[in-house]
Amino acid sequence: MTPDTSPEHASRRPPVRWLTDPFAALGRRAMRWVDNLGASTIFVSLAVAKIFRPRQFMKILEQLWLIGAGSVPIIMLVGLFTGMVLGLQSYHALVKFGSQGALGTLVALSLIRELGPVLTAIMITARAGSAITAEIGSQRISEQIDALGTMRIDPLRYLISPRVAASIISFPLLTAIFDVIGIIGGYISGVILLGVNAGTYLYRIEASVDLKDVTDGFVKAIVFAVIVTTVCCYQGYFAHMRTDSYGARAIGRSTTAAVVISCVLILIADYVVTSLLI
Amino acid sequence: MATPLIEFKDVSKRFNDKTVLERVNLQIYEREVTTIIGLSGTGKTVLLKHIIGLLKPDEGTILFRGTPLEKIRRRDLPMSYMFQGNALFDSMTVYENVALPLEETTNLGRAEIRRRVMARLEQMELADAVHKYPSEISGGMQKRVALARALVTDPQIVLFDEPTTGQDPVRKNAILGMIAQYQRTFGFTAVLVSHEIPDVYFISNRILALYGKRIVFQGTPEEFEDFEHPFKEEVVHSLEGLQRELTGLHSRRQFKIRYQGQLRGGALGDSYAVAVFTLEGLDDVAAHLGHDASQEALRSLGVFLGRHFGAIGGFSTRHSINEYVTVLPSTDRAEAEGIVAEYVHDLQAQEQAILDIWAAAQKRSRSDACVELTMLAGLAQGRPDEDIDSVIARARQAQQVVSRIRCINEGDGK
Repeated sequence: MTPDTSPEHASRRPPVRWLTDPFAALGRRAMRWVDNLGASTIFVSLAVAKIFRPRQFMKILEQLWLIGAGSVPIIMLVGLFTGMVLGLQSYHALVKFGSQGALGTLVALSLIRELGPVLTAIMITARAGSAITAEIGSQRISEQIDALGTMRIDPLRYLISPRVAASIISFPLLTAIFDVIGIIGGYISGVILLGVNAGTYLYRIEASVDLKDVTDGFVKAIVFAVIVTTVCCYQGYFAHMRTDSYGARAIGRSTTAAVVISCVLILIADYVVTSLLI
Repeated sequence: MATPLIEFKDVSKRFNDKTVLERVNLQIYEREVTTIIGLSGTGKTVLLKHIIGLLKPDEGTILFRGTPLEKIRRRDLPMSYMFQGNALFDSMTVYENVALPLEETTNLGRAEIRRRVMARLEQMELADAVHKYPSEISGGMQKRVALARALVTDPQIVLFDEPTTGQDPVRKNAILGMIAQYQRTFGFTAVLVSHEIPDVYFISNRILALYGKRIVFQGTPEEFEDFEHPFKEEVVHSLEGLQRELTGLHSRRQFKIRYQGQLRGGALGDSYAVAVFTLEGLDDVAAHLGHDASQEALRSLGVFLGRHFGAIGGFSTRHSINEYVTVLPSTDRAEAEGIVAEYVHDLQAQEQAILDIWAAAQKRSRSDACVELTMLAGLAQGRPDEDIDSVIARARQAQQVVSRIRCINEGDGK
């Protein structure tokens, strides 16, 4: 059979696939992203609405213990060394201009406005967020979440709402601990090890830090709390819907995705919130 | 006929391009045990998950007491579901697993919850495992925990997804017996997905056969025996071959085939005898010593019956949950009476084995209850031109007590 090479036929032929396929894939990816964004917004809205239902108090306390109290040691450790390295680096930069007296200001504002909320959120994501995804994902794969539904227990109320509530409470508190310990770390490296005047260090902190700096830091912490719990719970809750893997591997991939997406979103949200608050 | 409790009308379900259910129509009636049978991977679990609302049909309607399921709030559906894989919460103890639905869906006080949970756990012989985690107990015990959790809220409908998977023959029958007993006691509607053919017939009021994405049969187990369809050849007969595990006796279908074969070949002679043996008191044994003990007794007597009568050319079947039927070819009534008397005499030796099982069960359950199992036997003479079912019915009418097995209570020296 002779192929039809007429101009009319050529215009009806599909475009070259290697040219269109990348765009189609990109489009599919974008659609999926928008789909997930909508679904996760509904997911977290429902979870927040169900925080105030009966029988939630003890479950929220339990999650506060796991997410909040359990994270205190690691937050203190990271806060201490962040403050120390910040004090060390800042001292060597400031000393070139003879402004080492401003060390307290630099350490305190950096920690309270930026590093405290961001690093605290990232550390909680690594420690508690990954555990949330793995635990909920495992419950999903082994039909425990379906079992809740058959027992007429709302899985969102039972599993997600207490975690969201506990995160919203514990993120600002942990951020505050991080800030205080970080300032102590700066004091250790700047004052004790490098010889900056202790009175100057503390006076500069008191003089430069406003209440707005602290509240802005807490606002960020709350935004990060919502982002981290939404992403981590959502990834675990829908681990069975993954198309790239099943079973235990799906839990692993969901956990990785939860941590990566949370960290990226924390940094993006940090910029957006800072630009709105500044 | 009564209004169905649950009704499927032209229900279809697809997963991507794969159609699992296609225009399925079925009815489930209140306070009955309905069993869905079919090959693995044919959509039985999918069908069950539609009833509980875990899946929604792509087409068609599911009615609950005549109202579409989607118009009923889930919390108003008095249903429980027992998952094939149990779906126990692995970070909770056995007690916490069973207590969870009561704690989360009722306003009962702690003491009342504890009382109800412990009652269920004791019924399921799980009192020793209260503080253990699911990973610390056997598969059979996990199954019973799942059953306890499904029943603790006293639901009106309980859906069982292959409740006997992975169990040994005695335990399988113990679980089926447990379901039957609780269904009678609490009066719930039970829907089972099971492969345990023919054992599951004994506890079922209705059978639904799922084949080729559709329900090809709905009716009683007796009607199912006369059902002619490729489903029988592919599914039932293949499963039956594997299901003589408990007693080693013929299935009812195999029994009938052998009967017809001997009848046609003249091996039954001019007259034959039918003996019907019924065990009474199995529920009592199950209640006091556990379902395992009752099934062990049933198994032990069934094996002995098959061996005893098999040696003289007879063949037997388990006809119902507590009834055995034996055909003695070319035997008149007087001869049959002698053979049965001899069997009853020999049974005395078998009694000790059953008493030993019970003594072990007594120790396990820390029970000092003394139970009694009564065996009734009835004989009838059959002729080649007579229907076997009517001969069995006559033998049943002629039943009288031939043996009593009573456990020894060491505590009071009885």
